[in-house]
Amino acid sequence: MEEEKIQYTISIYSENNVGLLNRVSAIFLKRHVNIMSFSTSQSEIKDVFRFVIVVSVSEIQIKKLVQQIEKQVDVIKAFYHTDKETIFLESALYKVKSSSLFEERQIQNIIKDSHANIVTVSPEFFVIEKTGFRKDTEKLREDLSKYGLLQFVRSGRISVTKAPMGISQILNNFKNQNKKNE
Amino acid sequence: MNMKDNKLKISGAESLIRALLEEGVDLLFGYPGGAIMPVYDELYKFSDKIDHILTRHEQGATHAAQGYARSSGKVGVAIATSGPGATNLVTGIADAQIDSTPIVCITGQVASHLLGSDAFQETDIIGISTPVTKWNYQITKASEIPDIISKAFYIASSGRPGPVLIDITKDAQFEFCEYNYKKCNGIRSYLPVPKLQNEQITEAAKVINSSEKPLIVWGQGVILAEAENEFKEFVENSGIPAVWTILGLSALPTEHPLNMGMVGMHGNYGPNVLTNECDVLIAVGMRFDDRVTGDLKTYAKQAKIVHLEIDPAEISKNVYAHYPILGDCKESLKKLTNLVKKKSLNNWIGLFDNHMKIEYKSVIEKDLFPSKDGLTMGEVINSINKHSKGDAIIVTDVGQHQMVACRYAKFNSSKSNITSGGLGTMGFALPAAIGAKIGASHREVVAVIGDGGYQMTIQELGTIFQTKTAVKIVVLNNDYLGMVRQWQQLFFDKRYASTEMVNPDFVKIAEGYSIQASRVSDRKNLDNAVKLLIESKDAFFLEVCVEKEDNVFPMIPSGASVSDIRLK
Repeated sequence: MEEEKIQYTISIYSENNVGLLNRVSAIFLKRHVNIMSFSTSQSEIKDVFRFVIVVSVSEIQIKKLVQQIEKQVDVIKAFYHTDKETIFLESALYKVKSSSLFEERQIQNIIKDSHANIVTVSPEFFVIEKTGFRKDTEKLREDLSKYGLLQFVRSGRISVTKAPMGISQILNNFKNQNKKNE
Repeated sequence: MNMKDNKLKISGAESLIRALLEEGVDLLFGYPGGAIMPVYDELYKFSDKIDHILTRHEQGATHAAQGYARSSGKVGVAIATSGPGATNLVTGIADAQIDSTPIVCITGQVASHLLGSDAFQETDIIGISTPVTKWNYQITKASEIPDIISKAFYIASSGRPGPVLIDITKDAQFEFCEYNYKKCNGIRSYLPVPKLQNEQITEAAKVINSSEKPLIVWGQGVILAEAENEFKEFVENSGIPAVWTILGLSALPTEHPLNMGMVGMHGNYGPNVLTNECDVLIAVGMRFDDRVTGDLKTYAKQAKIVHLEIDPAEISKNVYAHYPILGDCKESLKKLTNLVKKKSLNNWIGLFDNHMKIEYKSVIEKDLFPSKDGLTMGEVINSINKHSKGDAIIVTDVGQHQMVACRYAKFNSSKSNITSGGLGTMGFALPAAIGAKIGASHREVVAVIGDGGYQMTIQELGTIFQTKTAVKIVVLNNDYLGMVRQWQQLFFDKRYASTEMVNPDFVKIAEGYSIQASRVSDRKNLDNAVKLLIESKDAFFLEVCVEKEDNVFPMIPSGASVSDIRLK
């Protein structure tokens, strides 16, 4: 029987080295696991990078994936969390023809009801931004698509965990250990 | 005088050589080419300090580096040019990755301003080698070379060892820079050896002490940790029967009374069957490869699993570990030995003896002392044992001959069995044997190879000829890709698709390289031929024409349970 697949968020703290992205994605490729969302950025610690990856796999699989990620030399620490254990968001941008804003009164209501922000307005088009859960950005996309979406793009998930990560602790331990050795 | 003012600038290529010397490297296996020429120019200048073995193909360089690492315990180094030179290294790198062999590969790369322009002999070797290296890095500035080389050796040899590839652009090799070498002794994002947790050892000792039918399965981890003595003490002080994976072979002498044989697809009968009867299975430095476990759903389900392992990613990867002991087994074995009580396991050990009697009658006797006319692979290995007295390093390739050699070869000391385990790389043995002999020149090195694998890297006879490396080569020739043919016979109704080989005159080929050579196809000549091979001071080639359609047994059919091992 196949095990139940759940959506997990993987958080990776790593060095900012060329090629690490390849190394991490190869771990998923080798196991035929599809990455649902992927984003990288600077973390709260100087010179430490953070990856946020979303996959839908079983609990056994996620454990093994994270073990393999953490095994990589340039990875400081990797974690996995369920949605309940994290605070997460995605951002989306919607580009709409300006004329439809005036011709279709309904659009104005959609924007207002969705609490989306208008980022820019020009005679030809305007751009709306919406940040929230997948279902919110998705609903807005569906609603607007009826009136013609010129472009739509959604970012990968960004997330912070409710539990502390303890990365500074790891780095400090290493520093102290090194001082001792010297 | 201020040291700083005294610092001379040297080329990147020179700082690479100096860094290699700092790491204790006195030998490289490699093949020159355009993008690595500045380094070769320095090798020429440093030829009194650092030797270079010119293999006949870059794949041979990686396998030779592997053989060197496995026989000497040091890091093997292979060097090649960009493009095809680099891609030819990949098979050896993948082999080193899956078998945890410490090697450092250095590749030349096109100049940094040409990166990404599809320049002549440009290939993305970093991208290509990423999934099969422990770590890799592209150097584009000479100033990076000392630090990166020191890091490369640290990573390759620490923790669970593995291959590291360093790609150096040609401009970085030419560029002049101050040289400042500092040995790497730690990387903040990398914990090579997990800290031993005493509770884990106490808990494991408890379950071992309360067991009635414990079984030790050891792997290459014992050899890599250089924990052979600690392991032997653990086995002897606990009195627990011990069995080995193919890469663990030789860590405990073959004749040790508690050495019960090999597990896995072509392992011994008792060790496989009794895996499913033990109550505690103590895995030491092994990773539960599918060739060891067979069907996981029926593997040692009745047993509590104790797993001594250095790599956290191996814990519960294939087989759930009830009692993991993370850390260096040299350390953990010592502590475990102190807590484990010796017990009398005569009945349990008796079961191994009973199974051995059954296996002897139906398989071993026929292999070693055949009554039929055709020569068996087993009797060749037996003859090698007799003349080497178990002191030789045996290097094997992949296939039937490998299984037979590992089943029957006798070893008195560790680091004596060198074979391609996880990747199953045909063509491994000949170049690996060259490396093994250079890494342990005081020892006899016998390469046992099938006629198929031999022809995959046969060009390395040229390396033996040029370097006068005294490798002894035994080709067990059945004119078939024997293992595939065996499967075709057993599982594909004898449809021998592309497994029959029409072979050349191997003796003539060896003689073309001025290597002494002989051929045996008659039993009465075998013993003397092997004697001459072993006694020869120089390289020697022996072809033994063996029975064409012999099969290797016992055998666990793929996907079957270890208890369903077949004796015929």
